Amino acid sequence: MRLRQFGLVVCRMSFLALLLMMATVTTACDLGESVNLTGLGASLPAPLYQNWAVGLNQLHPHIRVNYQSQGSGAGIENFIRGNVDFAASDLAMRDEEMAQVPQGVLLLPMTAGSIVLAYHLPGVPEGLKLSREVYVGILSGQIRRWNDPHIVALNPGINLPDQGITVVHRADGSGTTAVLTRHLSAISPQWQENFGEGTTIQWPTTGNFVGAKGNEGVTARIQQIPGAIGYVEYSYARSNQLATAALENKAGNYVMATPESGAATLAAVALPENLRAFISDPEGKDAYPLVTYTWQLQYQHQPDARKAVALEMWIEYGLNAGQKVAAALGYIPLPQAVRKRIAQVADTLSDQYTITLQDD
Amino acid sequence: MTTTTLHPHVAGFSKRPKLRTGLGWLLTGVAGLCTLLTLIPLFAVLGFVLVRGIARFNLALFTQLPPPPGLAGGGLGNALVGTVVVVSLGTVMAVPLGVLTAVYLSEFCHTPVHREIARWLRLGINVWAGVPSVLVGVFVYGLLVSTGIVGYSAIAAGVAVAVLMVPMIVRATDAALHMVPPELRWASVGLGASHGDTVVRVVLPAALPSIVTGVIVAMARAAGDTAALLFTALFSPFWPQGLFEPIATLSVLVYNLATMPFAPQQELAWAAAFCLVLLTLAASVLARLVMRRGGWCRL
Amino acid sequence: MQVPDCRARSLLERWSDRLLVHTTMGLAGLTGLLLVWMVLVIAWQALPAMQQFGWRFLTSGGWQPVPGREHFGILPMLYGTLVSSLLALLVALPLGLGTAIFLSEDFLPLPLRTVMAFLVEVLAAIPSVVYGLWGMWVLIPLLQPLLGWLHRHWGWMPLFGTEPVGPGILPAALVLAVMILPILTLMAKDALAALPPELRQASLALGATRWWTVMRVLIPAAQSGIVGGVLLALGRALGETMAVTMLIGNANQFHWSLLAPANTIASLLANQFPEARGMQLSALMYAALVLLLLTLVVNLLAEVIINQLQATYQAGGKP
Repeated sequence: MRLRQFGLVVCRMSFLALLLMMATVTTACDLGESVNLTGLGASLPAPLYQNWAVGLNQLHPHIRVNYQSQGSGAGIENFIRGNVDFAASDLAMRDEEMAQVPQGVLLLPMTAGSIVLAYHLPGVPEGLKLSREVYVGILSGQIRRWNDPHIVALNPGINLPDQGITVVHRADGSGTTAVLTRHLSAISPQWQENFGEGTTIQWPTTGNFVGAKGNEGVTARIQQIPGAIGYVEYSYARSNQLATAALENKAGNYVMATPESGAATLAAVALPENLRAFISDPEGKDAYPLVTYTWQLQYQHQPDARKAVALEMWIEYGLNAGQKVAAALGYIPLPQAVRKRIAQVADTLSDQYTITLQDD
Repeated sequence: MTTTTLHPHVAGFSKRPKLRTGLGWLLTGVAGLCTLLTLIPLFAVLGFVLVRGIARFNLALFTQLPPPPGLAGGGLGNALVGTVVVVSLGTVMAVPLGVLTAVYLSEFCHTPVHREIARWLRLGINVWAGVPSVLVGVFVYGLLVSTGIVGYSAIAAGVAVAVLMVPMIVRATDAALHMVPPELRWASVGLGASHGDTVVRVVLPAALPSIVTGVIVAMARAAGDTAALLFTALFSPFWPQGLFEPIATLSVLVYNLATMPFAPQQELAWAAAFCLVLLTLAASVLARLVMRRGGWCRL
Repeated sequence: MQVPDCRARSLLERWSDRLLVHTTMGLAGLTGLLLVWMVLVIAWQALPAMQQFGWRFLTSGGWQPVPGREHFGILPMLYGTLVSSLLALLVALPLGLGTAIFLSEDFLPLPLRTVMAFLVEVLAAIPSVVYGLWGMWVLIPLLQPLLGWLHRHWGWMPLFGTEPVGPGILPAALVLAVMILPILTLMAKDALAALPPELRQASLALGATRWWTVMRVLIPAAQSGIVGGVLLALGRALGETMAVTMLIGNANQFHWSLLAPANTIASLLANQFPEARGMQLSALMYAALVLLLLTLVVNLLAEVIINQLQATYQAGGKP
């Protein structure tokens, strides 16, 4: 009789499991109507893309875009391997990397963002002035206390506490890190020699450097550690009310990250044919020094026609309503010429759909 | 048994000097303190999760999808379903493999050659049980995801969960089978059953409550694991789309949302953590109930 | 257990028996193969790094994946892994043993003890990501004043030489201790409970106090079970990823100080694997192999020590 009970239990459990699986499979496979697009990559534009996905789904309920923030490095790697339908990266792709993708690569700079140095110092107001020498010194571990004479000299009216500086950097493969380190390498030959640029670097081993995962993690860490300073995308700092520093630009002015200063930087940069341009040290008296385009990586050759159409609709949404959302969230809206160029390039994804730009 | 229960005739033999009694009380106090210190973190962690998570507890939590970053509202319905699906898949794959491997190890290994194999296999299983789950995730990623066989999907996650569960199930089943008294086996053979019959019809059913307990505990542990699911299931803000698409799970939801700097997302993460703890608690209680109702041969 | 054939068997019976044996043997082989395959895949991917870096990988620090100046060394991560696990064990062992003794002796009535044992099981059931969150939001802020005091008064020791910033080896080790406590406690309790009651009775009858019995008779008798629990707990601590990655600071730097941010091999893997390719991927797999070897060594050690202890004890050697 034990065998019968044993058999019954096994039957019931397997029936339940089967039922569950069938239920899952049938809930969403609405008979081939819906299109699922999976993308992953940079955390810098993640809140924006995830917002776009919701908006697009409301407009076209059969298109579901799933964007996961994993870091630009992971985005490029997964894109090369073909694990995803599209990817995102703050540093586009290098030529060697693009050569490894047999389907061909389209680089589409869908938005741009400023990278700020955000700090957590109770009592110290927003807009702490940091000269090039000072912020390179902080990030390379040479300046270790907030009341260091170099910082005090730049900010005479502010009472800086005698507190250690904790620098929060990215622990994962980050395009934000790559943009920052590229800028630092451009302005400081010492940095270039000691640290270089990349999605992951060897940070100084002075004992006051802490890593966190994603722009999200860095923001959270800065909030938790008094005396912390770290680099995040402007919208993360803004929506969490973190104080940001005013950085010295090439012209010698101290500029805060605002949509205007970001737009000023973008206006001075010309995008070449392949839509890939890196801004390492912008000219212009009002230009904010840390601005970057962020690219979506799309496969040129699309075997699935329905996915190709859905991708074009996704990009179209990003260029139209998406730009308004970008401005609202703190990203830098694209210049008109860039929008037109992206629409042209993206149209090559599918010949069953044409992207129409809506001008407001 | 203390001196106070001894017969008066012999009590005098073991009159204790004050120091030893005092030391005894001191040590009892220390042991009690240890127990208190062990249980305090439990209440601290559970209390913390409860306080932060219960504020978000309503029906919408189980029926809605997670909101985009910064926006409030939404729920974790898809993550709950996703965890159930992935753990079910993993269990379906791991239980036959694990149970039958343990049956071989404990019932059919009697010749010296087989015993040697069994020894190495047991060592391997112990090492496997200690493998960090991130390595399991990396392995299944390399096997199923990056080769394009299934990509980021519920199936890949199920395989990762199965790989996690197999050593736990093998160990639990092995222990359960060893607890079955040999008299049972002898009686069965004495009544004319063959070895195979004995194992399937007598030994296994007798060990079943312990095996089921082990499976439930393994399921609970696998449901709470994050690292293995990060690289195989990815995540999804939508309801499960089938077994070949990325799927949301509670543990990855907690990991993703809790490290976000947005308050609504953090609250949702606490609610999800609370759900996860409730699920594992329910599994523990269920496992105990099964053991209690189980067989008469449980020692 | 040997089951002798006592009567003539029909062909069907013999075949079904053999089928069962072969099926289970095949599945067991499959299980073994799966494990070997896992190790081989990791070792295969680690080969380029092993060839390029050799032993220097284990003795040098610096994790620099920037193309053109790649250099990988896991000394800081090895230090972080070993120190955090051993520290966790150091904290958890006395607590776990004390709790196990308290729960297996009759200091409290049985229902209360059963409830407390259940509570310890619940501690084991909490997912590690929840522990990480609790550590990040509750423990680290709570520990800050203590860590600051340690640095101010004992900072001359290299162990406390750096200024605490929040995450570090010490907070991670403390949370790890909480996570491995239930394993230790439950295994020690089970080992003590499995001892024959005659042992306790004999000791008490010879005039020993309760505590003398516990310390000098019961614990030595249960030592193989306790040591097994200790090594299992150590294995768990070595491989723990999620809780540690949130609490240890993810800094690939070597400092003797327990207060400095550090990194462990598992945490390094979790953070860098998604983007890794080429030599960086190979270096990560080399680190994974080192971790696997550590786990293997701990388990082998467990087997040897337990067998040794059991043999000594049963042969009537000194407890």
